[in-house]
Amino acid sequence: MWEEPPSAAGQGAKGLTLGVVVLLILVPVYCVVLTSISTPGSINRAGGLVLVPDGITFDAYTTMLTGGPVRQALLVTLGVTLVGTAISMVVSVLCAYGLSRSRSLGHRFLLMILVVTMFVSGGLIPTFLVVSDLGGYGKYWALILPSAVSVFNILVLRSFYSGTAAELIDAARMDGASEWRILWSVVLPTSRAVTAVITLFYAVGYWNTFFNVMLYMPTESTKWPLQYVLYEYVNLGMNMPGQVNSGFGGAHSQTAPLSLQMAVVVLTLLPIMLVFPFMQKHFAKGMLTGAIKG
Amino acid sequence: MASTVATDGKEHRNGEEGADGEPPVEPPPARRLTWRIRLRRDKSLILMTLPAVALLVVFNYLPMVGTLTAFQYYDPLDGVRHSEWAGLDNFRQLFGDPLFWHALENTLYISAVQLVLFFPIPILLALLLNSVLNQRIRSVIQAITFLPHFYSWVLVVTLFQQMIGGAGLLNQFLRQHDMGTWDFMTNPHTFVLLVTSQVVWKDAGWGIIVFLAALSAIDQNLYEAAAADGAGRWRRMWHITLPGMRGIIVLMLVLRLGNALSVGFEQMLIQRFAVGHDAADVLDTFAYYYGIGTQNYSYGAAAGIFKSVISLLLIWGANTLAHRFGEDGLYRK
Repeated sequence: MWEEPPSAAGQGAKGLTLGVVVLLILVPVYCVVLTSISTPGSINRAGGLVLVPDGITFDAYTTMLTGGPVRQALLVTLGVTLVGTAISMVVSVLCAYGLSRSRSLGHRFLLMILVVTMFVSGGLIPTFLVVSDLGGYGKYWALILPSAVSVFNILVLRSFYSGTAAELIDAARMDGASEWRILWSVVLPTSRAVTAVITLFYAVGYWNTFFNVMLYMPTESTKWPLQYVLYEYVNLGMNMPGQVNSGFGGAHSQTAPLSLQMAVVVLTLLPIMLVFPFMQKHFAKGMLTGAIKG
Repeated sequence: MASTVATDGKEHRNGEEGADGEPPVEPPPARRLTWRIRLRRDKSLILMTLPAVALLVVFNYLPMVGTLTAFQYYDPLDGVRHSEWAGLDNFRQLFGDPLFWHALENTLYISAVQLVLFFPIPILLALLLNSVLNQRIRSVIQAITFLPHFYSWVLVVTLFQQMIGGAGLLNQFLRQHDMGTWDFMTNPHTFVLLVTSQVVWKDAGWGIIVFLAALSAIDQNLYEAAAADGAGRWRRMWHITLPGMRGIIVLMLVLRLGNALSVGFEQMLIQRFAVGHDAADVLDTFAYYYGIGTQNYSYGAAAGIFKSVISLLLIWGANTLAHRFGEDGLYRK
C-alpha cells in the first residue's frame, strides 16, 4: 500500500497495539510450557504458574508418557487422527475430482447434494439417533465417519481442479488417459499445496475431536482422546486414575500436580505448533486462491 | 464458504454454452451428446463421487428424515418407524417452556454482543496490519494471530482458566499483592464478556485473512492519485479503502446473521459447569441437555428444528437485505 512516511507517534502506537496483540497470544503458551517443565519447588515458590525459569525438570513428561490415561489418550488421538484424515482425504479428493468437469453427467445434481448440506442439517438429536441405530455408541468410528466429509473442503479442492489444473487435465484427456490415471499422475502432483492445506484442516479437526466423544463415549474413559482427557482432568479437575499425588493438599489431593496438568496442555498444543509453520507456508497459495477467489 | 458457492453458480452459466475442450466424438454429433455416451464417458467421475455422497446420505440426509422424531413420542426401542405420532405436541410443550425461552434469549443476547464487540475487530486489525509496510513483519504477525484458530475449545478455555481463572496467573498476582481476587471464569454476570473475549482471542486473527485479501485487491494507483490530489490518510481510508472492503464486509455480516443462533456450542458446553446453566444455556445446549441428557429425544429434536428453520429464515433475510443494498451477499444476483 502506498503511504507517506509515517509519523513517529503513529508508528509507535501501531507498534504498541500489534505488540500487545502478539503478547496476548504468546504469553499463555509460554507460561504453560514453562510450568510444565518446572520443578514442584519452583511452582510452589511462584504460587502457581511460573513466569521466570527457576528449576527445570522433565518429570511431568516422563510420568505422563510412561503409562496411565494420558498415554492411552495420546495413542487413541493419534489413531483417530491418522485413520480419519486418511479416510477424509481419499473421499474428498475423489469427490472433488469427480465433480471438477463442469459438464459431466449428473454433475449439477451431485453438486447440489453436497451444497444443500451446508445450509440444512438434521440437527444434533437425529444425527445422534442415526449413529446410535447403526451401532456407533462407544465405537471409534463414531468419532470419524459422521464428520468425515467436509463439503467446504471438497469445494476448495474442486475449485482448484477446475481452475488452475484444468488445462493440464484437458490435455491429459486428449491423450486418452483414464480419469483415475489423470487424478493420480496429473492432478495430485500439481496440487500439492492445496492438498497439504486440506489435509491439515482435516487432521486438526480430528485432533481436536471433543463433542463426538461426549456424545458417543462419555463414560468409557479408556477410549477417550486427548481433548476429552484435558477436559476431565485439567478443566474440570477430576481425579486422574493412577495419579495419587501430593501436589495439592486437602480435598484435591488426587488431582494431578500442576506441572502434569500443564504437560497435558502442551501435548494437545504441540502438533498444532509443529505443523503450523508448514501450514503457513502453503496458506497464501492453497487457501487464499482456493477459498476466496473461488 | 459462500463465495465458493457463489462463483460456482457463475461457472455453470458459462459452462452451459458449449462443449469446447472436450475430446471430439465421431461422428460429430449434434451439440448435445446423448446421456448414454455421457454416461460411458463420465462413469468413473460419477463413481469417484459416490463414497462422499454415501457418507453424506447416511450422516446428513438420514438425520434430516430423522427430524420426524420431533413429531413423535420417540421411543428408542420402537425407532422412528414404530414410535407413536405426537403431532405438534412437542412444539406446544417447547413453546410453553420457560427454560426454552431463556435459552433463546441467552442465544440472541450473546449473539448481539458478539456482533457489536467481535465483528469490527478483525476489520480494524486488518487495516492496521495492512498499514505495516514491512512485508516480513506483517506476515509473522499475521501467522501468530491466526494460530489460536486451530486450538480446540477445550484448550482455549483451559488457557483462559490458567490466565484469569480463580487459580490462574492474574489472581496469583492479585493475591501476592493483597488486592483480593477476581474470578472472571465462574461469574455468570460477566459470562457474555468472557465468551466474547474468548471468541476474539481465538478467531480474530482468522477473520483478518479475508479482509486482508480484500485490501490487497484494491488498486494501489488510487491511493497515489488521491494523495497527489491532496487527500490525507483518513480521507483515503474513507473514500478508497472502506468502499473497497464493503462487499466482503456485507458478505461476512450475512454469514454472521445466518449463524446468529449458533453461539459456540462446545464453548458453552465446556463452561456450563463453571458458570451454571442459567448463564450458559443456549439453544444448542438446550437441545443437547433436554434431548440426550434426559433422553427426551423428540423434545430435543423439536428444539433443533426450531433452530434450523429460524436460521434459514435469517440467512435468507440477510441475503435479501444485502441484495437490496446492491451487494452480492451469498451469490451474485
